[in-house]
Amino acid sequence: MIKSPAHHARTLLINAVRFPETLPQLTITDWNLLLRIARSKRLLGRLYADLEQLKLLETIPPAAAAQLQAAHNLVQHRHTVLTWELNRILWALNELNVPIIALKGTAYIIAKLPPAAGRFFADLDILVPIARIAEVEQKLTEKGWLKTQLNPYDDRYYRLWMHEIPPLRHRERESEIDIHHALLPRTSYYGTKLDTLALFNESYAINESRVYVLSPHDMVLHALVHLLLEGDPKEGLRLRDLIDIADLICCFESNSDFWENLIRRAQQFQLGRLLYYGLRYSQHLFAIKIPPSVLKFVAQSAPNTVILWLMDWLMPLALLPEHPDHPQRIAALARWLLYLRAHWLRMPPLLLIRHLSYKSWLRIRGIRQHIEIKPQDLKQL
Amino acid sequence: MNVSDLTLIELRQRLATTGLCFGCGLFRIRLHTPVASIATLLHDLYAHYPVYSEQGIDDYRIKLDWTSWSRRWIRPIVRFTADSPAPFTDIPIARALPTLEWGTNWCIATRAHHLLMLHAAVVERHGRGLILPALPGYGKSTLCAALTHSHWRLFSDEFGLVNPEDSMLIPIPRLISLKNQSIDVIRAFAPSAHLGPSFHGTHKGTVAHVRPPFNSIARMNEPAKPYWIIFPRWQANAPLTLEPIPKDRAFMLLATNAFNYEVLGELAFGAVSTIVKNCDSYSLVYSDLQQAVRTIDELVCSAHD
Repeated sequence: MIKSPAHHARTLLINAVRFPETLPQLTITDWNLLLRIARSKRLLGRLYADLEQLKLLETIPPAAAAQLQAAHNLVQHRHTVLTWELNRILWALNELNVPIIALKGTAYIIAKLPPAAGRFFADLDILVPIARIAEVEQKLTEKGWLKTQLNPYDDRYYRLWMHEIPPLRHRERESEIDIHHALLPRTSYYGTKLDTLALFNESYAINESRVYVLSPHDMVLHALVHLLLEGDPKEGLRLRDLIDIADLICCFESNSDFWENLIRRAQQFQLGRLLYYGLRYSQHLFAIKIPPSVLKFVAQSAPNTVILWLMDWLMPLALLPEHPDHPQRIAALARWLLYLRAHWLRMPPLLLIRHLSYKSWLRIRGIRQHIEIKPQDLKQL
Repeated sequence: MNVSDLTLIELRQRLATTGLCFGCGLFRIRLHTPVASIATLLHDLYAHYPVYSEQGIDDYRIKLDWTSWSRRWIRPIVRFTADSPAPFTDIPIARALPTLEWGTNWCIATRAHHLLMLHAAVVERHGRGLILPALPGYGKSTLCAALTHSHWRLFSDEFGLVNPEDSMLIPIPRLISLKNQSIDVIRAFAPSAHLGPSFHGTHKGTVAHVRPPFNSIARMNEPAKPYWIIFPRWQANAPLTLEPIPKDRAFMLLATNAFNYEVLGELAFGAVSTIVKNCDSYSLVYSDLQQAVRTIDELVCSAHD
């Protein structure tokens, strides 16, 4: 049976991630295609890390090894940059004595967790309690970080509705830092239940420094939130985010209480549906082993059959790569639909309409110089 | 087989279908373009590059395509892309070649992080490499073009590629891009130099390209050990001066000149240290190209004996 180009491209990448030991057997033509796809999915560094660990870099074509090496060097540099930026943030906030949780990539790097290997992380994300965020922002701007210049409406919108403040950037270094006070926007369907204080209570410190990371179960849930609720219309859902989840689960499953805690937290934060999807597609695409009792539990949060059938069809289409020479309309549609879904869950439609119409009204009548955030605004939800 | 062994029709066909796969230094580039006038220029300027078979691992997949059906016929404009969109504005067809060249440089600069990339021209003679690091406008390309047509082998006029493992210089003999007055200076200096047409009104003024001599492409897989570093600077009416630079200063100058010193970190530190240790470093201020080339020749001959 002749497989379609799309099928071939998908299989090539998934097999490369799941079975890196088979990479030395690829033909030159497949290598050429794999490098293109892996580049577009930002997985070149990952392939390097896997092959290096297996000591197989010498056995692949030198031209492929060179591209992987280049990606690896870039990733290593990124890790150095992020670690240093975090170091500077801790230095700047030293006097404040505020608890800080490093999120996502930065957390994986400092906690030396498997998803860090070969992974390029763009920004640095930290979480601080909402009550302290003004102080933190103030202190950082005093110590050399600059605020993003936004017009007053956007700035207000950010602060009022989002789970983070507009990004800061150090005046000499280029890394952008995102300072969160929650893992999801206040507007999000799931956002109100995801309690930041609870996250702090179960976080743990790294190397006796002042920086914390989320507990294993919260880290997995955050990765799920990131995968399923923060899409990009063009890229769709990010395969590397699903790989992060699969990596974290494989790493944590040996902790005796990991699954139990994961279920407890998913219940507490009402993230059962997201957990259901996350486990389902990690299992479908990466054959992650999940205890039957856990599967049985999360099945309670499964959507109805029609939705499930739709998701089973959309998710692989949106997550997996296309053949770069044979793009499919249907895959673009899947990516767009899932983006729409993520956006829907992040922001109630009425608020979205209000936001968009206000934006267009502003464009018509010009921008107001300053918009005050009143304390009652913050209590609207 | 080289590009010149293809007929213009064959070249056009390849460019418009599977893409022209050719070698430039250690890179394999696949170039797609349906634009016929580009094919004519490349047939001449890319003549010596070896054509590779369709099967292979492409380092860069480059495309120069019409932006839209209508803009193909009315005031035609083209767009440069490389796998994914690249940060270049669409350009009128008449200035497509300079953009193709800058675009390819951009690809190398943003991706070739397995190598240390110096912002330098590099030439070689008797197996010894000469690095000419300089800021834009310091006459690096002009000096490089002149040396390339005076017994030196061209490695690059833009990218001093260094293998960070052994600090050897790696050739990447791309077209030498000359700007404004340099074009006539090189025409006068080296009548044998093969120049392409002049492109007026680019963001760098008038630009013309020198085709790398056959020899520099035929030997593009032979690296060389660096022996000299000369920081050139062209200055109108300045008397020629050639002054040695102490190693500590040479190190700082070379490290800050590299495109990706920070990215390679310790590897880059090691490579730059080795180069500076093994090289004599000079700063060269000149206004007369003949005199500058002669001075460099004398310096090299005295070292060679």
